[in-house]
Amino acid sequence: MLTQRLLLSDRGGMLVLGLVVLMAIIVPICNLAVPGDSPLHVSNFTVGLLGKFLCFALLALSVDLIWGYAGILSLGHGAFFTLGGYGMGMYLMRQIGDRGVYGHPELMDFMVVLNWQELPWYWQGFDMFWFAMLMVLLVPGLLALAFGWLAFRSRVTGVYFAIITQALTYALMLAFFRNEMGFGGNNGLNDFKEILGFDLAAQATRVGLFIASAIALVLGYLACRYIVTSRAGRVIVSIRDAESRTRFCGYQVESYKLWLFVFSAMLAAVAGALYVPQVGIINPGEFAPLNSIEMVVWVATGGRGTLFGAIVGAFSVNYAKTFFTTYSPETWLFILGGLFVLVTLLLPKGIVGLFDRFRRKGEK
Amino acid sequence: MNPLCRITPRHTLPAVLLWLTCLLPLHANAQTTDSAPEETPSTAAAEAQQPTFEQLVQQLAGGSLRDRAATVNQLSSQSDERLADVFNALVAGDLLANKDKPPVIAIRDGERLTDALSGADLTGTQRLRRIPVNNSLRTQLRGQVAQLNLNHPNTDKRYAAVERFIRDGVDDETAALLRAHQQVEDSGRVQDAITTALAVYQLQSDDRAIRLAAIDELSGSLEQEARNALRGIAENDADAELRSAAAEAIESIQSRISFYRFVENLFFGLSLGSVLLLAAIGLAITFGVMGVINMAHGELIMIGAYTTWGVQVLFPDLIEWSLLIAVPAAFLITALVGIAIERGVIRFLYGRPLETLLATFGLSLVLQQAVRTLFSPLNRSVSSPEWISGTLSINPVLSITYTRLYILIFGLMVFFALMLVMKRTTLGLKVRAVSQNRAMARAVGVRSSWVDALTFGLGSGVAGVAGVALSQLTNVGPNLGQAYIIDSFMVVVFGGVGNLWGTLVSAMSLGLINNFLEPYAGAMLAKVLVLIMLILFIQKKPKGLFPQKGRAAAD
Amino acid sequence: MKLKNLVKKAGALGVACSMALGALSVQAEETIKVGVLHSLSGTMAISETTLKDTMLMLIEEQNKKGGLLGKKLEPVVVDPASNWPLFAERTRELLEQHHVDAIFGCWTSVSRKSVLPVIEELNGMLFYPVQYEGEESSRNVFYTGAAPNQQAIPAVDYLKDELGVERWVLAGTDYVYPRTTNRILEAYLKSAGVAEDDIMINYTPFGHSDWQNIVAEIKRFGSTGKKTAVVSTINGDANVPFYRELGNQGVSAEDIPVVAFSVGEEELSGIDTTPLVGHMAAWNYFMSEDTPENEAFINTWHEFTGDEKRVTNDPMEAHYIGFNMWVKAVEKAGTTDTDKVIDAMVGVEVPNLTGGTSTMLPNHHITKPVLIGEIQDDGQFLTVSSTDELVPGDAWSDYLEGSKDLISDWTAPISCGNYNTKTKTCVGAQAEE
Repeated sequence: MLTQRLLLSDRGGMLVLGLVVLMAIIVPICNLAVPGDSPLHVSNFTVGLLGKFLCFALLALSVDLIWGYAGILSLGHGAFFTLGGYGMGMYLMRQIGDRGVYGHPELMDFMVVLNWQELPWYWQGFDMFWFAMLMVLLVPGLLALAFGWLAFRSRVTGVYFAIITQALTYALMLAFFRNEMGFGGNNGLNDFKEILGFDLAAQATRVGLFIASAIALVLGYLACRYIVTSRAGRVIVSIRDAESRTRFCGYQVESYKLWLFVFSAMLAAVAGALYVPQVGIINPGEFAPLNSIEMVVWVATGGRGTLFGAIVGAFSVNYAKTFFTTYSPETWLFILGGLFVLVTLLLPKGIVGLFDRFRRKGEK
Repeated sequence: MNPLCRITPRHTLPAVLLWLTCLLPLHANAQTTDSAPEETPSTAAAEAQQPTFEQLVQQLAGGSLRDRAATVNQLSSQSDERLADVFNALVAGDLLANKDKPPVIAIRDGERLTDALSGADLTGTQRLRRIPVNNSLRTQLRGQVAQLNLNHPNTDKRYAAVERFIRDGVDDETAALLRAHQQVEDSGRVQDAITTALAVYQLQSDDRAIRLAAIDELSGSLEQEARNALRGIAENDADAELRSAAAEAIESIQSRISFYRFVENLFFGLSLGSVLLLAAIGLAITFGVMGVINMAHGELIMIGAYTTWGVQVLFPDLIEWSLLIAVPAAFLITALVGIAIERGVIRFLYGRPLETLLATFGLSLVLQQAVRTLFSPLNRSVSSPEWISGTLSINPVLSITYTRLYILIFGLMVFFALMLVMKRTTLGLKVRAVSQNRAMARAVGVRSSWVDALTFGLGSGVAGVAGVALSQLTNVGPNLGQAYIIDSFMVVVFGGVGNLWGTLVSAMSLGLINNFLEPYAGAMLAKVLVLIMLILFIQKKPKGLFPQKGRAAAD
Repeated sequence: MKLKNLVKKAGALGVACSMALGALSVQAEETIKVGVLHSLSGTMAISETTLKDTMLMLIEEQNKKGGLLGKKLEPVVVDPASNWPLFAERTRELLEQHHVDAIFGCWTSVSRKSVLPVIEELNGMLFYPVQYEGEESSRNVFYTGAAPNQQAIPAVDYLKDELGVERWVLAGTDYVYPRTTNRILEAYLKSAGVAEDDIMINYTPFGHSDWQNIVAEIKRFGSTGKKTAVVSTINGDANVPFYRELGNQGVSAEDIPVVAFSVGEEELSGIDTTPLVGHMAAWNYFMSEDTPENEAFINTWHEFTGDEKRVTNDPMEAHYIGFNMWVKAVEKAGTTDTDKVIDAMVGVEVPNLTGGTSTMLPNHHITKPVLIGEIQDDGQFLTVSSTDELVPGDAWSDYLEGSKDLISDWTAPISCGNYNTKTKTCVGAQAEE
């Protein structure tokens, strides 16, 4: 019954998920088992790249969930992603222990440089993995709860919501840039050594993180599917299409929106937490409003309102970005900018919508 | 001349010492010539010893900075009437020389070149280059110039000279000089400055009565040196009565200062507000009136700023007029770009605000990169015309910079011009009609698509005009627009969408709030606090300070 | 199903791409590859693009001289797009996919920090050409820019001793370089007897544009009768509005001079320099230095770029020195094997552009002259002071509590980046290796 609801009725989703699972099986084998000189070998570089894309796909999923299904455009999802990343980063920093350059048993190197005497209270507990992971979910979740509660209750919608979420991530960026905040300022957190006792520089750890990201993406996808196919999911879609009418039907529009927003923020935070150990650095630059808007474009390109479209979009736009910044850096912004315009003007349903159109034509 | 003086002093302090040692033999020389008045310096030997004014001036062109400092010292003991002009030009970087032997020394005055020695007009082609001066030399020159300038016909120059005396400290010699000059001075401002200078001098007197009188004299003065001198007495003097008198004087000064500081803060806040107003006002039209989320607004400002640069590059001789030319040019260019954006992209997206947001954001990226590709990623250098530079000195603690003042006035002018367009012209009427009820406006014969294009063009043009103003304050580069876009949206939303007055009030109050927070919280935190405050405010009152009422506000 | 087809096609394309890359790496046997890791897009492109061009020029010149070890040099240029995680990713690409023998790159501290773990893991070589905050030493990184003792401290000495400055404003953008530099300067000034009240420290965000308040405050701070100077570590875009505000509020270089550590010829080329004349900068190189080496370098640069107006600056000289040192070390080692070249690097001497000879020290920093210049109205500097001898770079500051006992020495027997001279141990992570 549940399988039917989550998967079978969703052929595009099944296909995309199948590919993700396939990738999660083949890539590690090709990386670890196939010798380096074989043409089938997948390099560490590619594993890192694909792992990053998987995190972005999860993030795109979280944006699509609220934008595609509830019609709430958040231009501040980068904030939740980055906060999740900082949570993981703080755990990884605490794992360094006395192996920092100054050999201080407790303080981070940047705190020694700033001449701090003791660990700030908000760094306490982050040496425990479970606590750090709890914070990864709780901090962005609570921020989303407070922010959403205020915003939805006073019926801030549409562009106003988009603009204040953008202001939120901008304010967080400025705040985290301050060295007094105790999060390493512009340099952020970096030079991580190990996670759960595994050396981060080791090939196996990296493959492990890659598989973990793939699993998180699959689980995240299924959870989103579960929500949108549930009764609540229907209400959410009806809020998107006719908010006032839904309200008049007696539904608590605000609380539906709020809980969906909180869930989406937590999903983004998980993506951030998985992203950080794979790229090895987290800094306030991730809060930049541009990043948050880029996420929305992944979703728009892939096709908003279909969950697998978000995954397709995240992969294709980021692949294009890697390709163009390598071979023709000057043209990348032209292409990205052009993509924004073309997708909104010509492809309101994104790549996925394009295929649907072809298929329908074929069926005719 | 003592050969020791040829040894070039390496640094400032030794330079002064060496200069003194050089002066001693000079005085000695003077005395020997006094004692033997029959001996005229016509022999070759004497001439070599005592270089003429002409030789010294020519000597300025060559050698190292240290040589030049020594030459300036030698020159300062000369009493030639051309000296003031030479020094004034040297300090301002207007003294030029070529590589001939002996070099031609020229004084530049705007476009005019005159020979420093003969006073004749010079024309072109002598390959003249500026004689380089450094800070220590410039400081040394300013002291010299002050003495020379005390009799300058220009009041400002005389005032600056007295200020210089106050700053460098007044001694017996200069006090006498000032006293003598006070008799003939006709400007009240300079008179007051001289009084202060003399009072500061009298503070060091041995006579207690004179000192008390001087303290009394200084009690209203805002000069920092007066304050410092009084503070020295209030803290260290042996005489208790003097101490308390000085303390009282300082207190009276302090209360005046804190008043002026408040005025200064107010001005800073309004000035920041005017920058925000300029940045946001175009958006108040496109976003506020038309409801278009134009994320490329910042880039339109950037285009305006680049237009200013373009005007200066095209007409290098008209720097003084460049801003006046740039304002209409920028308006036209950005308005055209805006109309192109509206016709090409936005008109397909009316009624879909979120899509408009994404599409215009894409446009902003394209425009940025286009500027990078066309003009290089480096910032462009935009110079300020003479009339906009400098400060309006109201008193020693309160001065208002002209740039800021003009921008404040300019911002208000743009605002009221826009008000007039919206309230008093047919276009304004149609714009309001379309924005309030599109269907009805069309029904009564308004070409709504044409009005849309013109309105968007108007908003964009105003953004371009703002760019001209901002080019006088900040970098002209591809990132200029990004720096203002979030602030602009905040201003419009805070003020209430669709309300121009709201935009004015919100820009000014945000400027003031930011400015009064900054000293306490630091620049960084102040910005964060203002943002948080705004976010909370919008949560409380989603329609801003002055919400639109009635039917138009329904959506 | 069309989607499936597309995915298949994309997969095929991917395989083709990786095969093409494979083909490239076969060619690699004939050339020596040099990685160039500078942002060509994004916010840092403004500074870093020039350094990419410099590297291409240096490599071209070396190839004209016959290359290195009988092979041609081949530049591999990648664009990290001013995105810090991307710096690490691109470094991995350079080392794993392109097998480069040395990387010249990075500008900001955070980009270097991002690259550091990767370059150590894959045992590469990085030449870092920008002045930085110190407090770091890696066996795989060579720091050819200035450490704080090669820029900040001599500049402060000049202000203190030559100009008689008694009150100090330390103004900077809020990031690690100004923070560390200002902490070092604060400690240094206090050790020289400057009172707490005579030091004002101010931090502003990146790209700060409204300087009215801060300049007014600096004016007030400087109005107590003691000679005041501003030591500016203000970064990039914030400088123009800062200097404009100084000029507008009538603060001249004679009243309150500003000495900057991040304003060079290239930055000045985008500013109307009239209000800046007399303000100062401290660097290890000025374009206006009158030496035959410098003249030749500037001529080559103008020829290479085809633009007579392009300026040269300090980080370009650092790349010039770093590249020549690497070439010498490879020749000395007779191979491009990383470990052997790293060992051969220490002690290598090459001429710099200011007429001296820079040496690579055991701590992977180099010796440099320190020049103080005053800004002229043509955007060039007039040198007003220079150290008589070259100053050796110091990885760990002697004025910071945490690092005063640390030294870096990558030669045997110490072979450690952060060696505590008191406890005679190698501190931190390196201790385990």
